[in-house]
Order: sequence, then structure tokens, then C-alpha cells
Amino acid sequence: MRPIIRVENLGKQYGFGGLHPAYMTFREAAAAAVVRPFKRVRRRRGMQPATEERQWALKDVSFEIEPGEVVGLIGNNGAGKSTLLKILSRIVEPTTGTFELYGRIGSLLEVGTGFHPDLSGRENIFLNGALLGIKRAELQRRFDEIVAFSEIEQFIDLPVKWYSSGMYLRLAFSVAAHLNTEILTMDEVLAVGDISFQQKCIDKVNEIREQGRTILFVSHSMSAVTRLCERVILLDKGRVVKDGAAAEVVGDYMGESMNVTTAVREWPDPQSAPGNEVVRIRRVRVRTGEGDTAPQVDIRNSVGIEMTYEVLQPNQILTPSFDLFNEQGVHVFAVHDVGPEWRREPRPVGRYVSTMWIPGNTLSEGRLLVQASVLSYHPGLRLHMREPNVVTFRVVESEGGDSARGDYVGAVPGVVRPLLPWQTDFYQTTDIAPNRSKGLSGV
Amino acid sequence: MGIGGNESVLASAVPARRAPGTCAGRASHPSLALPEHPLIKGGARTAAWPSLNVRELWSYRELLYFLTWRDIKVRYKQTAMGAAWAVLQPFVTMLVFTLFFSIFIGVPSDRIPYPVFVYAGLLPWTFFAGAVNNSSGSLVGSSALITKVYFPRMIIPAAAVGAGLVDLAVAAVILVGLVFVYGLSPTWSLLMLLPLVLLTTVLAMGVGLLISALTVRYRDVRHALPFVLQIWMFASPIIYPQSVVPEKWRWVLTLNPLTGVIEGFRSALVGREFDWPALGLAAGISFALLIAGALVFRRLERVFADLI
Repeated sequence: MRPIIRVENLGKQYGFGGLHPAYMTFREAAAAAVVRPFKRVRRRRGMQPATEERQWALKDVSFEIEPGEVVGLIGNNGAGKSTLLKILSRIVEPTTGTFELYGRIGSLLEVGTGFHPDLSGRENIFLNGALLGIKRAELQRRFDEIVAFSEIEQFIDLPVKWYSSGMYLRLAFSVAAHLNTEILTMDEVLAVGDISFQQKCIDKVNEIREQGRTILFVSHSMSAVTRLCERVILLDKGRVVKDGAAAEVVGDYMGESMNVTTAVREWPDPQSAPGNEVVRIRRVRVRTGEGDTAPQVDIRNSVGIEMTYEVLQPNQILTPSFDLFNEQGVHVFAVHDVGPEWRREPRPVGRYVSTMWIPGNTLSEGRLLVQASVLSYHPGLRLHMREPNVVTFRVVESEGGDSARGDYVGAVPGVVRPLLPWQTDFYQTTDIAPNRSKGLSGV
Repeated sequence: MGIGGNESVLASAVPARRAPGTCAGRASHPSLALPEHPLIKGGARTAAWPSLNVRELWSYRELLYFLTWRDIKVRYKQTAMGAAWAVLQPFVTMLVFTLFFSIFIGVPSDRIPYPVFVYAGLLPWTFFAGAVNNSSGSLVGSSALITKVYFPRMIIPAAAVGAGLVDLAVAAVILVGLVFVYGLSPTWSLLMLLPLVLLTTVLAMGVGLLISALTVRYRDVRHALPFVLQIWMFASPIIYPQSVVPEKWRWVLTLNPLTGVIEGFRSALVGREFDWPALGLAAGISFALLIAGALVFRRLERVFADLI
């Protein structure tokens, strides 16, 4: 398929070293013009560096996006996400490179842009629509639809300065949501409003997706990005660091920004490995059923936490144990090995690999941190080794429908998300008379 | 309430995802058939002097209309007298000028009643000065728009000029009243007022574009402008007729396009002969200023969003 967006070597430079020519006053510009020839001479003699201290907000960015793709742009603040959107929206001009758009681009960059507080809601709809490039005839045709979507029918002729911030927002989003461009950019646009409004926004975004339009989505909410986007581009200091499947790129980014980069941890040197004279741990990792190390697991699949350790003294009764914590620091569970094999058995010296299996459809979405320990309960309780935050992994929900989420599209709360059996019994008689329920609804 | 909880619903937006790459079940957008050539091509500019892109400007005419309309609407919202201000200002100025310059000092007025004479000068001048003044701050005042939405930036100063045009139309009512009060018999030359207003608009637009773009880059302009406008006012034959200027210096006055316009206004009102060469010169200078202003604007435009 031909791309709808083609970006080549895009770069944007902002000058921070000294005075940017553009920020000079008249007098300074005149002074600079006088000094410039001398500078040039000095430069030629090697007395002054040729390049000034300049910051690239965006550098060598190239990619192509196909029609209908929903692409997330992620990265730390200042990574260049918004700059990129602004260039594509033709608000700022790039310093280098080119781009081509095979469709009109609409921007939900900032909803409510151009709203004037003294004008009424109705007047602002038309003004805002004109700003976003919606033709007046089309606005007139869809006016009722827009007003209905915003749910502020009764206030539509009041100046928007009397609106609550929620009403203001709803009105602004309603206009923008009726943009009919082939490409739509969104910059944290959905991170506002109350729950019911957000649900409406989601439905609208889905509608836009279903129409096969192309969306560029900037957000700091990683869960929003993984659920909305199929593909994610990770920017760092103005460069494309990674471009690929959403879950993968987000996983990379999260690991990096949380400073725990690993789903596997090894201690090659036995002397410095955590433990004591009885037991030393050599490796902990998160693995799939197939045996691969997995920083990312599908919510429906079982995941194994594996601990490799060496027992240095004979006849010890040992219990390996794992604790899981979620991103909010909630202790999800503490589990130790109660399998009959080694539960009360003294162990010979040697290397052991113990794996705890968490069944699919148990954990909630999100990142989990693992704490590994080895204990003895016999003869008395003794902690041989405890290593917090030893590994981390992320539970993601991707292609779905058959997880505990069912048909629900919102955020599912809860520390765990088990898929539980339900039973419904049916009885044909009822105590609630139809006329009584009618009477109640009238109250 | 169980599901739905207190978290952002949005955080987990979408319905069950389809396998990546499959588009099955998606209705196609009406305009999904991609055009052969890119609709929008952008990149680092190579030419120092970009094209004027008049066609794009034309396609955004609705926005010009709405911004002009907004400027007018907002200007008189929550004022007790509303649009009467547009009449009151030049009217009171006319009274004061008549009192001082005609009655006290006795400035000649080419045998035209002084109130008509000075009002015919004040009308285009008030429009011109107001339009230039408003467009000067218009871009900086619209930074919220410029940094967030794309549209041809020229629309903004153009709307400032357009809003002044509406005030001009309102203030012209007084002129009609004056013509009747002083028993001037209207002639066909009154029709010339329309092209004269158009010419003033062209001039205001040219200067407005230049000034607004320069204001973004050099905020000094804002401080210089009131002073420059004051000098310009005295360099235009508003309170005095062109005839009081010594013959050998009159050409300097003619270089000011407003001279042709103002004298033209008077000729149209009292039905006297038009000074066609002066008008032609004024038109030439005005259009040249418009093109120059637009070119400078387009050139500086590229850094607006970075600077504002």
C-alpha cells in the first residue's frame, strides 16, 4: 500500500546559544550586521568555531505511515513529539528535510483553540470550525449533531466565559471531533474531562479508526498508547529510537524510563551473588511456557518466574519464594514453594532451578516487579537471601476478546484479573409487577 | 460500581484489538483513495522569497470572514453604546477640529464647509490608522492560534483591516448627514467613494502586513508606531488643504498615497474635478506597498510560530 505520510530526514533546530537572530531587537540586529564581516574573517582564521551552540529538537527523522494506521508517538518531555506534529501540521517549518501528506491533516493539537470567551457557544462553534478548516455549509449541516455531542444544548447561546471548564471542553472537543480530514493528530487531547466524557471520546476515536482514517497519537499514558495504537514510534532527543509494534516499543520505553531494564538478572561471580554460606542465587528471569525470557506477557498466557540458585551446604531444607508488586507498589501476592518434592527434604549440594508458574488470566495489565527470596522453615525460620526488584515484566492485553475483559473497553480496576466461571439460573416467575416498576420510574 | 472504577476510562481506550496489519471489517473513509500527488508538501524552505500563494488565501476566505466578524462582535460586546462608538469618535474629533482649526485659527478649506472638509479627511485616516494599529498587534495577540493551528497567517492582519472597514461604513453615515446639512447636492462622483475606500483598504493592508510581521520580529515597532502615525497624520492634508503647502514642496505631499485618497474623498463629496494623476500615483504606491508588504510577510512568516 502507498503511504499517506512520508517523512524524510526531518530536522528542527532551535538556537539557544547566544542570541538567536530572530530574537534580536532592531538595534542588536544592526549591531550584528556591522560585526558579521569581522566574525567571518576570524572564523576563517580559525579563531572562532564555525558552528554555534544549537539544539536540535528533531533530527534525521524519517518514516512512512500507511492509510488507516493508528500510530503512537512516545518519548520523554522534549523528545520532539509535539515538534513533529507541529511540523506535519505546518505550524512550524522544519530546518531540514521534507514531508509529503497524501491527504488533508486535521489537528486536535489543542482543543478550544480560538475560542473567544465573550462569544456564545454557537458563535464559537462556527469560528472554531472555520479555524479547523471545516466549511460553513458543512458546519451548518452538522450543527445539531455537534451540539448534541457536546451535551450543552441549553447553554449554547451563552458566552463561553460563563461555562464550567467541563462544558468548555466538551464543546471544544465536539467541534474538533467532527473534523473530516483523512489524517488526524492528537496531542494528549484525550487526557481530560470526566469519565463519562472520556468514554464518549473513546467511542469517537474508535469511530474514526473504524472509518479507516489515519491517526497520529501523542500521549504519556502508555496504557492508552498500547490499546489505541498498532504501531508506536519512540523518540528520544529528537531522534527515532524505535519504530515497531506497540507493545514492544512501549515495553522498551517503560523498562528504560523506570531504570529496571531487565526481565533477566544474572550474577556471573558467585562471590558477589546475593546469598550466604548456605545458598547463593545465580539467576532470576521471567519466562514463557516455551522457555524464552519475556519482558512482555500476554494477559491470557501463563508466565514463569524462574530462580537458579546454588546450595553450598548439604542437608539444608530450603524454600524459594517470590513476591510480586505492581506499579503502584501494591503487594500483589507472596508465594513460596509448597510442592511436596523438596518441601521438607534436605537438599544435596548443587545447582537448582525453581520456577513458579502464574496461570494466564490471573494478573492485571501493567508492570510487575519481582522480589526473590530463599528461606528456611526448619529447624527455625531463617532468611538466606532476599533481593527486591530483581526482575520486571509487563502484562499486556493485545488482540483480544477472550480475556476477562470481555466486551468492556475501559480501564479495568483491580490488582488481579482472574477469569472466573459464572453461573446464571433462570426463573420464569417474577415478584416485580410491570406496573409497579413503571410507577417507580415516575418518582 | 466494579468495572469502570475511578481510573481514567480513556487510559484503556479501545475495543478488542484486531490482529496487527489486518484491516478487515473497517469501512473505508470516503476519501481514502489516495491522490496521485501529495496534497501537502512541506520541508525546509530553500527560496528566500516564497510565493504569495494567493489561491490558498482564497480558499480560507471563510476564516477571514469569521475572524473579522469576531473582531467586530467582540469589540462592542458589553459596551453600553455598541457600534455608536464607531460614529462618536470621528464625530467628536470633527467637532473639536472644526472649533480649533476653523473657528479659532481660520484654516482655509478650499471653499468646502470645514466640518465636511475635515470629516472627509478624518474618515479615511481613522480607518487607515486604526487598521494599521490593530494589525500591528494582531499576530502577537493571536499567538494561541498561530502556535496551534495552520492557516495562512495573512488572514490575521487582514481581519484587523476588515474590522476597521465595518467601522468606516458605520462612520460614513455622519458624512451623508453632513452632506445634507450643508445642502451639498450629491453628484455621480459620489460613486467614486467606493473605489477610494478600496484604495485605502489596499494601502492599509500593505502597511498592516508589513507592520504586523515586523512587530513579531522586532517588538520595537509597537513603540515606534504611534509616533510614526502621528507624523503621518500631519503629513496628510486632513486638517489643512493641499493648497496651503508651498508649490515647490507639494510633490512631497503627493508621494503620500493618503493625500490622493483624502483629496479624492473631498472631490467625490462636493463634485469637483478629480486630480487623476495624484490618484493614479496613490494607487500605484498603494499596490506596490501591498505587494511588498505581502512578500515581507511571507518571508518572515516562517518563523512566527517559533518566535511568538
